[in-house]
Amino acid sequence: MPQTEEIVDTLAQLTLFGDLSKPQLEEVAHTFEEESFGEGQRILRQGFTGGGFYVILEGEASVRIDGQEINKISRGDFFGEISIILGEPPSADVVALGPLRCLVLAGPDVRDFLISHPTAMFRMLQTEARRLRNSNLWRS
Amino acid sequence: MAKLDAKPFPPGAYPVVVIGSGPGALQTSYTLRRLGIEHAVVSEDDGPGGMFRRFPLFQRLITWTKPYAIRERGTRGYEWYDWNSLIGESDDERAIVPGLMDGVSYFPTRAEMEQGLVTFAERGGITVRYGCTWESTRRDGEEFVVTTTDGEFRAQAVVVAVGMTKPWKPSIAGLDEVPHYVDVRPVREYAGKRIFVMGKRNSGFEIADALLPWARQIVLGSPRPARISVLAKSTAAARARYLQPYEDHVLGGGNIVLDAAIERVERTAPGYRVFAKGTTMPGDLVLDVDEVIAATGFSTPLLDLPALGVGTFYQGRLPSQTPFWESATLPGIYFAGSITQGAIGLKKFGIPSNSAAVHGFRYNARTLAMHLAEKRFGVRIDRPVVDPKNVVAYLLDEVTKAPELWNQQSYLARALSFNETRGITDEGIVPLAHFVDATGPDSVAVTVETTAEGEIRPAVYVRRGGRVDEHSLAPHPMHDFETADHDAQLSSLLKGLLD
Repeated sequence: MPQTEEIVDTLAQLTLFGDLSKPQLEEVAHTFEEESFGEGQRILRQGFTGGGFYVILEGEASVRIDGQEINKISRGDFFGEISIILGEPPSADVVALGPLRCLVLAGPDVRDFLISHPTAMFRMLQTEARRLRNSNLWRS
Repeated sequence: MAKLDAKPFPPGAYPVVVIGSGPGALQTSYTLRRLGIEHAVVSEDDGPGGMFRRFPLFQRLITWTKPYAIRERGTRGYEWYDWNSLIGESDDERAIVPGLMDGVSYFPTRAEMEQGLVTFAERGGITVRYGCTWESTRRDGEEFVVTTTDGEFRAQAVVVAVGMTKPWKPSIAGLDEVPHYVDVRPVREYAGKRIFVMGKRNSGFEIADALLPWARQIVLGSPRPARISVLAKSTAAARARYLQPYEDHVLGGGNIVLDAAIERVERTAPGYRVFAKGTTMPGDLVLDVDEVIAATGFSTPLLDLPALGVGTFYQGRLPSQTPFWESATLPGIYFAGSITQGAIGLKKFGIPSNSAAVHGFRYNARTLAMHLAEKRFGVRIDRPVVDPKNVVAYLLDEVTKAPELWNQQSYLARALSFNETRGITDEGIVPLAHFVDATGPDSVAVTVETTAEGEIRPAVYVRRGGRVDEHSLAPHPMHDFETADHDAQLSSLLKGLLD
C-alpha cells in the first residue's frame, strides 16, 4: 500500500519534478490528486472542456485522435497541459490500456502551479520542445 | 428442535449481499427491495447510521438541510435543499431529516441525522442482520463467499458499503504516537494548551474551530495550502462554517495556518516536538507543542479484497471503480456510500462529485441498485416514451430542478435515447462518464455544471452516429433554465433528432 513517502519518491524520479526539493515534492504530492482508471476508461476526452493536467504514476495509456491511436504513453509521461495552457478542449482522447494510476492537477490550478514551480515549468517546456522537434523532423 | 435464529438473513446463499448499515447501505437495500431483488444486509453495528452513530466529532454536520426552501418539502425538487435525508418513494419516507431539526441551524446535529436514518430504515422496512461482522471474502466459482462472525454468505454480487471509516495516518516518523481525529478528547481538556493539528481539510478545521475558545494557540499544518469551498466551488474543500480559524490566521490573531511538510514528531516531557519544512515559504520549523492531533483522514476497511483482486489507489484508501461503482479489477464487487468517491467521473474544472457525502451517494446507490437489477437479474426497468414535442421542456425542467443533476453536477445526467421504432425513450439517471464513453444509439444527456469561473449552467451531451459532442447552455442569474432563450438553444442542439 503506497504511502505519501512512496509517492514523493516516485515524483522525484520523474523528469518533470526532478529539480524540486523534498518539501516541494511533498507539496506536489498533496496538491495533485491521485486518480485511478480501469482498462478502457477515458481519462482525457477529445473536444470536452474542463480537463486536468495528468502525470502517469503507473500503467500505460493510448493517445487517440478520432479513435485512431497515435501514441502510447506510460509512467512519467504527462498530458492535458496543452489544452489548459491554450484554453481549448483537448485534441485527443487518452484511454487506459490497463489499470492506470495518475496524479492530476485541476485545469484552473495549473497556471499558479507552473508559476510557483519554475523548474517544473522549464522541464515541461523542454518536453514540449522535444515534441515539437520530433514532429518537425520530416522537414529536415 | 433447532434453535430459531431471531436475526434476519441467516447465513446462506442470496443473489446479493450488502455489507454495512450506514446511509449508503440503507439506500441500496431500500432500492433493491423495491426492485424485487432479494438480498441480505449484514452489519457489525447494532443499529442503522454508520459513521453518523458517532461522527462528526463535534456533533453538527456540514451538509445543509433547509426546512424552508424554494421547492416544497417532500417534492423531488426539494432534495437539492435537503442534503441529509435518504430518498424514499412514499410521502412518509421522504424529507425525514427537516422534520427532526430544532431550528438552531440549517446544519443538522449528529443526533438528528442518526435519528433520520433510523426513521428511514423503520419506515422503509429495511432489515439488517446487526452484530454480524464481515471477516473475510473468497471466490468460489462464480460466487463470492463473505465470511462473517455469524457464518458464510454466498452471492454473485456483493455491495460493500462500509464507508471510509478506518482512521488513516501517513507514514511519518513518530506519528503513530499521535492521537487521530477519532481520539480527540473533550475540548475542556485542551484548555490553555498549544496544539498542532496535522491536516487542513474539513476534519482539521472542525477541530480547530471547536478548540478556538480553549486552546492557547492552534497551528494547522500540512504541505498544501488550505482549499476553501467558496473559492474551490466544491464541498470537498474546507467548508465556510469552519473558517473562523482561517480568519484568525489571516488577521494575525495568534492561530496559524501553516504550509509545511511534517518530517517527524518526537515525544518530549511536556508534549511533542514537531519537525517540519515550509513548502510555500521554505525554511526549517521546529514547534514545541502540548498536543498533536492527526486530522489526516480515513481509509476504506477493504479487509482482504485487495488480495482477492480489488485494485486500489489514493494510497490504498479507495478501490478503483467503473462508472457504475463496480470494482475496475474484480467484477461482481460493487461499492455504495462514501466509497463511491473512488469513481471519479469527469471532474470537470477540477470539481469533484459529491459522492463522499450523503447528498451525492444516495443517488449513486439508487442508480447502482437499478443497474444491478437490470444487468445481473434481468429486471425490466420502466423506461417511459417521451413525446418529441415535450423533450425540450422536459430536459430544461430537469436541469432547473432535478436534484440528481444539482447534487451530482457533471457526474450524473438525465439521458434520453432516440430509436426509430420505439421513439424517444427516457433512460433515466445515468453516470455521465458511462454516457460519454460508452457506445449506443443517438441520445442526449443533460446535467448541471459549475465552471472554473463559478458559473452554474446546463451542459448537454449529444450522441449522433456514435460520436458524443459537448455543449453548454447559457447560465442565468436566478438559475432559471426554462426561458425562451434556453428553449431555443436546446432545440437547436437537438435539431434532426426530434423529427
